[in-house]
Amino acid sequence: MAAITEPQLGPNLQEPTGWRRSKNRIATVLMVLSFVLVIIPLVFVLYTVIAKGISIISWQFLTSPIPPQVAPADEGGIGPAVLGTIEITAIAALMAVPLGILGAIYLNEYGGKGVLARLIGFFSDVMTGVPSIVMGLFLFSIWVLHFGFSGFAGALALACLMLPIVIRSTDEMLKLVPNPLREGSYALGATKARVTITVVLPAAIGGIVSGALLAIARAAGETAPLLFTILTVTAANPNVFSGANTAIPSQIFANATSPYPGAQGRAWGAALTLIAIAFVLMIVARFITARFTRYSR
Amino acid sequence: MEQPEQNIATGLQQPEPAAQIQAPPVAEPQAPAAPQPQMMPSDSGDLVFDVEKVSCYYSAFRAVTDVSLSIHENEITAFIGPSGCGKTTVLRTLNRMNDLVPGARVEGDIRYRGASLYGKDVSPIAVRRRIGMVFQKPNPFPKSIYDNVAYGPRINGERNKRKLDEIVEHSLQQAALWDEVKDRLNKSGLGLSGGQAQRLCIARTLAVEPDVVLMDEPCSALDPIATGRIEDLMREIKSRYTIVIVTHNMQQATRVSDRTAFYSVLRNEESDTRTGVLVEYGRTQQIFEDPHDERTKAYVTGRMG
Repeated sequence: MAAITEPQLGPNLQEPTGWRRSKNRIATVLMVLSFVLVIIPLVFVLYTVIAKGISIISWQFLTSPIPPQVAPADEGGIGPAVLGTIEITAIAALMAVPLGILGAIYLNEYGGKGVLARLIGFFSDVMTGVPSIVMGLFLFSIWVLHFGFSGFAGALALACLMLPIVIRSTDEMLKLVPNPLREGSYALGATKARVTITVVLPAAIGGIVSGALLAIARAAGETAPLLFTILTVTAANPNVFSGANTAIPSQIFANATSPYPGAQGRAWGAALTLIAIAFVLMIVARFITARFTRYSR
Repeated sequence: MEQPEQNIATGLQQPEPAAQIQAPPVAEPQAPAAPQPQMMPSDSGDLVFDVEKVSCYYSAFRAVTDVSLSIHENEITAFIGPSGCGKTTVLRTLNRMNDLVPGARVEGDIRYRGASLYGKDVSPIAVRRRIGMVFQKPNPFPKSIYDNVAYGPRINGERNKRKLDEIVEHSLQQAALWDEVKDRLNKSGLGLSGGQAQRLCIARTLAVEPDVVLMDEPCSALDPIATGRIEDLMREIKSRYTIVIVTHNMQQATRVSDRTAFYSVLRNEESDTRTGVLVEYGRTQQIFEDPHDERTKAYVTGRMG
């Protein structure tokens, strides 16, 4: 940098002064400010949940049976709810994820502009907007009224919520696979199914898996669809297909609305558990994405 | 036995009502038998492709009109001409890649070693196993180099690891890439330079041992050194394959090809439509040194295009 005392020779290469420079600075400040504003509630939520729940969480908490609400916070736990969440979410994922991926493959590779493809796309988009409680009500009227409350009904409701998300995220990932890859595979004499399975899917799998895991993480935290389908109880029910069940979000709801500090403490512990589950799923998603895309660089 | 040079007269010809052979929907691959010849090859035993009055349509747009030529075995045939005159379209009809474009249609007849390419029972999958294609922009799969080359044999059913190793090595050697990548076969195919990636794509195409290799401007994205290597490669494999290459580079056509087809664009003043036509086709030396058609002369001497 030239010494300040020397007179400026040659072209002026300094930053433009005046209004343009100020505009640039104002924009930068605004962006940083909005970022901070967005982060604050996020950090606040995390901090509160961690602070209030960390003292409750323990292995005993995660496995003990649910005590009556009057019990103090360090007694019992949410064991049945953890079991219920795992079972219900797993079954919902088993139903929604393969169906969603296959649906998106149809939309992208086979359907083209046909009527069926457009219908599926349209209804899938509509379904993403259906409120979760409406989904629960829907399952209540067509399933629970005939077969009673069960974890499976809850799983069905969660699957209906997950399906459009999986379809859309998978569709986006498939669209990102460049067409020359497909052409290269066709040119070697591959059938359409071969091209899809051996070239398109492997190229998109990282994004597909992480999208599916995020959908699962979201479903694990849904409360409304479970209200009418599993009928929150406190006893553990390993049989998903018959009898009412419970899940972590439902327990949070039941405990947090009770007047007893013990139950409320358990609600915070359960909230922290839920966030931890979502966190773990997201880390797993990152790992899987990294492993599957190691040939993409 | 020489195929007489073809010389299409100028002027817009009314297409004769040729039999409309629509491209049939992609059929499931039949048992991989050789295409049954429907006529005796006779003196055109060295004819690989016989293209007769072929017109290509993309929906209503007629991209190419009345192309007739024949491709000879173990020769390199070059398609040259200005942009938009249908060279790539014609090339892609030779291995039915245009089936992948919605609304694409072919009229006229293309015979591959005597059998109609667009016949009723012809499977495009079987066609493409025999007629491979290398694209303008190198498109290696996001897999390892080994898996890229082994992809073709694998989808054809080859499972034996040792056999696959052999095929991969042999193909990479044919493509003059073996020495550069033999120590990193399990690295990603995307990590190669442009010239290497294109040679990888060529190795991938050769791994299935096709009969014909179609090349769509394979060197246009490459530097001169890489281009030179690929041209050497083409001359070397010519004795085992038949090659058809589309190129914008006239010097390249003179360097590598035995025959050259010159395409141009025909404007129809009344309907203001453009369509591609084959202007002249003959031995490369004749096309460049003694072109019969005025338009060919103008193009090859640099006055247009």
